[in-house]
Amino acid sequence: MSTTTDTETTGTTASPPASPPPTKPSPLQAALGWLDDRIGFSTSIKPLIEHPVPPTGWDYTIGSATLIAFTVQVVTGVALAFSYVPTPDHAYESLDFITHGAILGNVVRGVHFWGASAMVLLVCAHAAQVFLVGAFKYPREVNWLSGTLLLVFTFGMAFTGQLLRWNQDAYWAVVVGAAQAARAPIIGNWLTGILFAGQTVGGATLTRFYATHVFMIPAIIFGLLGLHLYLVIRHGVSEPPVPGVPVDKKTYRERYEALVHKIGVPFWPDAGWKDVVFALAVGSVVLGLAVVLGPPDLGAKADPTNINADPRPDWYFLWYFALLALIPSNIEDWFIIGFPLLLGVLFIMLPFVAPTGERSPRRRPWAIGIVAVFTVSVAALVSLGSAAPWSPNLEASTLPPSVTQGLSATALQGSQLFEQKGCINCHTIAGVGGRRGPELTTVGGRLSTDQLTWRILNGGHNMPAYGTSLSPQETAALVEFLRTRQ
Amino acid sequence: MSDHLAPAHLSAADADDPALLSRRRFLSRISLALSGLAAAVVSVPILAYLLSPLLRPADPQWRDLGLVENFRVGSTVLVAFDEPSSLPWAGQTARTAIWLRRTGDRDFVAFALNCTHLGCPVNWRPEANLFLCPCHGGIYYADGTVAGGPPPRPLVHYTIRIVENDRVQVQTQPLTFTQA
Repeated sequence: MSTTTDTETTGTTASPPASPPPTKPSPLQAALGWLDDRIGFSTSIKPLIEHPVPPTGWDYTIGSATLIAFTVQVVTGVALAFSYVPTPDHAYESLDFITHGAILGNVVRGVHFWGASAMVLLVCAHAAQVFLVGAFKYPREVNWLSGTLLLVFTFGMAFTGQLLRWNQDAYWAVVVGAAQAARAPIIGNWLTGILFAGQTVGGATLTRFYATHVFMIPAIIFGLLGLHLYLVIRHGVSEPPVPGVPVDKKTYRERYEALVHKIGVPFWPDAGWKDVVFALAVGSVVLGLAVVLGPPDLGAKADPTNINADPRPDWYFLWYFALLALIPSNIEDWFIIGFPLLLGVLFIMLPFVAPTGERSPRRRPWAIGIVAVFTVSVAALVSLGSAAPWSPNLEASTLPPSVTQGLSATALQGSQLFEQKGCINCHTIAGVGGRRGPELTTVGGRLSTDQLTWRILNGGHNMPAYGTSLSPQETAALVEFLRTRQ
Repeated sequence: MSDHLAPAHLSAADADDPALLSRRRFLSRISLALSGLAAAVVSVPILAYLLSPLLRPADPQWRDLGLVENFRVGSTVLVAFDEPSSLPWAGQTARTAIWLRRTGDRDFVAFALNCTHLGCPVNWRPEANLFLCPCHGGIYYADGTVAGGPPPRPLVHYTIRIVENDRVQVQTQPLTFTQA
């Protein structure tokens, strides 16, 4: 630059006035040049965004889309915080105002809600993709570890965010979360106290979750993101794996440098345009869902004295909710705390167990297997969790007329007992009832009078014994009714 | 990276000067130690403040639930009362509730709402004489013992007393999922 200025100066003094005017920078250019000199954009930042990367495919855009999703969450979250009141007596009302009173408030809340889902999905997809292409291997172990923490804190955001709705689901989700924490050996009750910020859910609980969701975890995420992105620059974007070219600590860095030198392209814009397109696609879907479907209904306001609750977490925790319903109860105490811990330990161990070797998924079929099994299991558990066949159907109250028509007087009394005594809440007959216990539409053809009587009086593992709450006559009536179900 | 910015006295010759090295090591260590100390001192009030709800638990208190005659023998009802430690902005969470059952002339028994499995609110079914949990199908008999499903323990009990003028009172307790 100084050279150019010198030439210009020389040119101005030496040339006659008629020659082409000197290229004097416009005031704007001069200002930008000043700013650039003081900030160091073209010397420090531009080389970073133009750093050479190996040519990569669309699967490498998931990470940057996660970053964009996080940014959207920050922006919409800040917007929501302008109206949200984090106290138990007004949180629900303020959300109601945001959703129904404020101009386009439902869209802002909708983007925050669907954006949260997008972020959870993307962060998991990003982890799966990095795992599949073996990008966690040497020298990117800490990239993986910081990513693991980012994954954990993303779930932390999902959990704390769900509670801020302060509706019945949120209240009971805190209680269920605390009940799970209480299962931890030794420190259980102490953990519960930390979650509640006291001995029960109260005035201090919501502000605690608010501060955690709005300040603490985001601050941690910002820090970890800084580390994560710095490491991407430090070690370079991992090259798409080639089968038969394993990672070797002795040669990897040299080989990577040579590869990038030979076929590398500047990240911006040669690779970055794909990131922009994918992030735009994700953003469009999130905005579309927010406009068309909007945020979820608030439901009833949080009330510890209201037992009309069907506590069910948002989908990102539904798989765990389902898992807890399915495991044998004798391993529960260990499982509740142990399973997430085990997942964490496996994530942390991965880059140390397999720091070198083949990266290509084609040479690591077990990696594809793990991702496939995990994806299918979580999807199956989420769909199972939303159906929740293990939950009794507390709404079921009346058998259809097709069942009760033409019954003898005794059998009719039995059918009424079936409704009154709670049988219908767990057993289905002709499509009505719960699915907690076996379906009884055709039980009369399956079990004899003696077998039915024995089962009703003694109960089973999941069924109460009715010996004390049914008179012999009532039991006989109930059995007679069930025998008619052929 | 910033070699050209390095002060002139950081020359290679200095690196061998034991006195200078030990001085630098001392300055580095004392700076880190002082920073660590400052962080520790600042943490004390912050941690104590954050943990204060735990460090200062509310004492149990007796709450009035009404006259004995308001409750029918053999019936189980939901009763609500005030939490002992609620804050002015607690709103509805300043209240809590229990299942109260009058078992005899002067006898009452009270249960927490929370299923001992994962804390969901159990529903009383008077016709069936059972508590049903909506989450995973935990079932309890009228006396709070487990009738079926995943709950590991009976429902948590609350202490009830009857004071002068036949008033029923409940003793507040922390929300726990194990028998205190």
